[in-house]
Amino acid sequence: MCSLALFPPPLPSGNTTLCESNNELLSGLNGEDTFQDSCHLNLYFPRDSLKLHSRPESSSKAAFLDHSETLWMRSASAWRDGGITGLLNEITNSDTEGEQRRKLKSLDMRKLHSSEDMIAEFSQVLNWPDCVVRAFAWHPHTDKFAVALLDDSIKIYNPKSATTPTLKHRLQRNVAALQWKPLCASGLAVACQSCILVWHVDPCSLSTRPSSGCAQVLSHPGHSPVTSISWSPSGSLLVSASPMDTAMMVWDVAAENCVPLQRVGGGGVTLLSWSPDGSHVLASTPSALFRVWETRMWTCERWPCIKGRCQSGCWSPDGSRLLFSVQGESVIYALTFTATPGFSSVSGPQAASVVADLSETTFNAQNGDIVVGGEIQNLAWDPKGERLAVLLKGDPHAADRPPMIAVFRTRTSPIFELLPCGFVQGESGDEPRLIQFHPNFQQGALLTVCWSSGKISHVPFYFLSARVPHFGFNGSPLPRPQERFNDFANQSLYTEMLS
Amino acid sequence: SHANFQCNKVICWRATASIAWAVLLLPPTTAVFVILSRFSIFHPMQWLSECLSLLLSINAIFSLILLSGVIIMVGFLNLEYYTVIPTIACSKIALLGQLLHPRQFFSSLVHGVMGMVVGWCCAVTVGGRYETLGYSCQQSDDGGPSQMCLNEYHLFLLLSGVFMGFSHSLLGVIHNMNYVPFHTIQQYKYLRFKESIPLVVKCSASQALYSMRNFIVLYFFLGHIPKGWICQTLQLEVDRSAHALDTVGGLLDLSLLYHTWISGTFLLFTWYTTLQLFRIFVTEVSFPVQSSFTDNAHQCLAKVIAEKQPIILKFLALQDLALLSQHSPLRRAEVFSLSQPGGHPHNWIAVSKECLSLLSDLTQRLVTYHDTVATNGRAKSLSTGSERKNSCLGVCPLHHRRRLLQPLTAPFTPDLDSPFSSPALRRLTAPVEQCSPWHGTVQSPHIARRGHKLWSTSAGEQQIESTAPLAPRMTSFFVFNVQLPEASSQALFADSQAHIWALEGLSYLVQASFTEDQFGVVQTTLPSILSSMLVLQEAVDRHFKLPHASSKPVRCSSTMGDCSYKTLRFALRAALKTALYRITTTFGEHLNAVQLSSEHRKKLQHFLEYKE
Repeated sequence: MCSLALFPPPLPSGNTTLCESNNELLSGLNGEDTFQDSCHLNLYFPRDSLKLHSRPESSSKAAFLDHSETLWMRSASAWRDGGITGLLNEITNSDTEGEQRRKLKSLDMRKLHSSEDMIAEFSQVLNWPDCVVRAFAWHPHTDKFAVALLDDSIKIYNPKSATTPTLKHRLQRNVAALQWKPLCASGLAVACQSCILVWHVDPCSLSTRPSSGCAQVLSHPGHSPVTSISWSPSGSLLVSASPMDTAMMVWDVAAENCVPLQRVGGGGVTLLSWSPDGSHVLASTPSALFRVWETRMWTCERWPCIKGRCQSGCWSPDGSRLLFSVQGESVIYALTFTATPGFSSVSGPQAASVVADLSETTFNAQNGDIVVGGEIQNLAWDPKGERLAVLLKGDPHAADRPPMIAVFRTRTSPIFELLPCGFVQGESGDEPRLIQFHPNFQQGALLTVCWSSGKISHVPFYFLSARVPHFGFNGSPLPRPQERFNDFANQSLYTEMLS
Repeated sequence: SHANFQCNKVICWRATASIAWAVLLLPPTTAVFVILSRFSIFHPMQWLSECLSLLLSINAIFSLILLSGVIIMVGFLNLEYYTVIPTIACSKIALLGQLLHPRQFFSSLVHGVMGMVVGWCCAVTVGGRYETLGYSCQQSDDGGPSQMCLNEYHLFLLLSGVFMGFSHSLLGVIHNMNYVPFHTIQQYKYLRFKESIPLVVKCSASQALYSMRNFIVLYFFLGHIPKGWICQTLQLEVDRSAHALDTVGGLLDLSLLYHTWISGTFLLFTWYTTLQLFRIFVTEVSFPVQSSFTDNAHQCLAKVIAEKQPIILKFLALQDLALLSQHSPLRRAEVFSLSQPGGHPHNWIAVSKECLSLLSDLTQRLVTYHDTVATNGRAKSLSTGSERKNSCLGVCPLHHRRRLLQPLTAPFTPDLDSPFSSPALRRLTAPVEQCSPWHGTVQSPHIARRGHKLWSTSAGEQQIESTAPLAPRMTSFFVFNVQLPEASSQALFADSQAHIWALEGLSYLVQASFTEDQFGVVQTTLPSILSSMLVLQEAVDRHFKLPHASSKPVRCSSTMGDCSYKTLRFALRAALKTALYRITTTFGEHLNAVQLSSEHRKKLQHFLEYKE
């Protein structure tokens, strides 16, 4: 079993991980852009550039709102337009504020906080409330991506297009997750505090501010805040989860109707992940229990955990293996699902096995020891199934225990194994917040990291896929001939390093 | 034929099973009703023991038998009236025509009678002052001979039952409650039923409340008529000492209102449960459509999918195709297999041919519709054409289906003599054979245009706001003839669930063929699949540019009538795009080797570059 002790030591402060090439992680000094993949944008969102928590709509509305209306009428309209914050502002600003209303305010304040806290608690992003980039999503088929920022706007970047559409919507608050619709050029689902928005952003349009008419609003009473969404790989269904709702919703997005799927126990659903082959959905709950649904007849298996809830999980590309981490534990578990040929039913495993131990390990660096390891925030597996990135929480109160990204190589034969690859580090003082792999990077794997400073960088891992490329369902098109040629050119170097 | 008989038998068996379950659910439901109706908070022990003794009494058993009869009757009506293609009324007058259709009127009448039976059972079960229709009373103060008097409470419950039954039937038409929707996801019957119970309870309770309100208003004004009639026929006296119920004071009796409401909820709950069970059973997919190489060859997918009647079987077969193409490699292999001997891909040819003909049907329908709108000219208000056209295209499948399912009631179907039938209905009955989407022939624009002139009344409807001068004869139509918004678009796509499955099935099969099709049977049809999808894509895009087409319907509140059909056109558009992307993503650059027209190639290139 792999442990962090086998890892090469972290880079000295000031060095940045650039890429993996020839089986080795290369690094460079800060500010030194020796290696820059031209086709993938490295972005920087300085915190100061965002208009934080300004709500222009509601603040300007106050002037136009008729103040001769009763407070309740105004509150109702403020609630309609501005949600809880709008309501609170309206009440705070009213002259006739009495003791009773102060009580109401504190009550609602608590509710507001709990809603944001809840997203922060269950988000896959580390320290979500403080993140400049709150969510990130690669388009499954092209090189474009969407970024949700702290000011509740979403920007779409496309290296092939000069326009950067910015998506804003009245209901787009506290974005917890983003995901592009598979087999579609334009659909983007957004998990918001009160609903799910599905944007249809025409890729050919030159507009930089698509109107809110381009967004479909999917909401269901009691189903908020939405903390996790996942599209089926076939692009037809969307599942959504809220920790406040014991049912998870299966949406037929085009028809805007939903089927609630409810089971006893768990109390809410926090995280959803659809396996790449479409056969299973992982659904974790706030308690020490998670479920794995099969998507043929929508029945589920219960998986009680011993210590805490399932914090994060990811599927192998063929959907046969699920890796997950549990809150309060520093190990990665694996579950293997074997499909019986000819039947759509899939027999599940009996118990999860531990595949990696990430308990705290001390590395000696020039300027003091660094402790790496501990609880896992997020797991990401590249679509070829060769690299696994693990975002370690670290300890925010201890300087020598920073959050860290550990990358493993994964091997499936003869036995499933994780092998150490290295740590991915950013500039000094930058902490990783969010990780995601590019869905179809031809030369290997491309890890996108969002940093605490608001930077987004891409770390390529160049390797030759050990597996026969799989062009089954959801597979990308065949690689183009010249790329294949390049791969072969690299091969000799690759084998040298292996020996 | 034999095959059809076999298939119909399957549907009948499913309906029977659903009715049997509904009857089995009756005793527990009745027990809950008894407990709730005799609710008394101050004497809990007495209350429970009373309920128990009542449930075991001979009265209760007789009531149960009666109620079972009602459930069987309601289940039979469900089977008789169900449809998988919703009826979409394009104007209020068409809706009125539907409501007053003899066939529908019969159903309402039966529901009313059933409602009365349930009302009687409720009255007997609740007991107390409701128990009998007559009681002995002393009319004169001096203690003269006692007479039989009318118990108005009993009558009130009976009449409320009639009203609930009747309004249930009418609302069923308005909300398309006989439409059997297919579930978004596959689930086991038990789980589906369990998950629908809260909705059924909520719907029945709220609907009973609304119906009760309407009934009270009706009884307040017209209550004396049935009361007098009953008294006269049964020679009962009206007890003058008792409080009359068709007064404000009489109706403000909380206990009476509670009992009426709980009886109404009980009635609607049992009927909704029957309906829900029927829907769940009849849309179940585990149906042996792919048992080739056996005696049941007529039941194999390729045969059933090409059948025209009954339509629900075709729908089930298409759904099964969509599922097998997605989930089951073994059954896909059967589709791709070659016949022995001969080596013909019969299965694939049958399946792809049927799916393609469905798609081209829809394309034709959209093109004709669009052409009609275009030839009518912009000045003449687009909705005019849409109104007229949809009344053909939308209502036809329904009439067609009725004819198929109910050959005996054929004389009823074209209710041309009804004074309420709309001109649209009258006109469309002539070409009813041709314009069924299942036959692939579409009414020619020529006839359509002629029809337009006949139906010129509707030209006025868009001009209401502009207060255009109207011919006097039009004004009478005016009140009813307000077109329901976007109904024409809805009607055009009323049966699109079939097209969605065809698209899914085809695209999954083509995707799977990339790795699984050993003999290359799919390759031969790939050009026609791609071109028919692209043509349809063009037609759908054009359709969505029309007014009303892309406006979203009002989000329907949770009623028992499923309104997923209102959004079918959006679902079809999404499914079509996804299907095209599924093929282009799988084949990528290889598609350049497929023979296509240059125009289609250009469109395909858009899909390859993810620019659609």
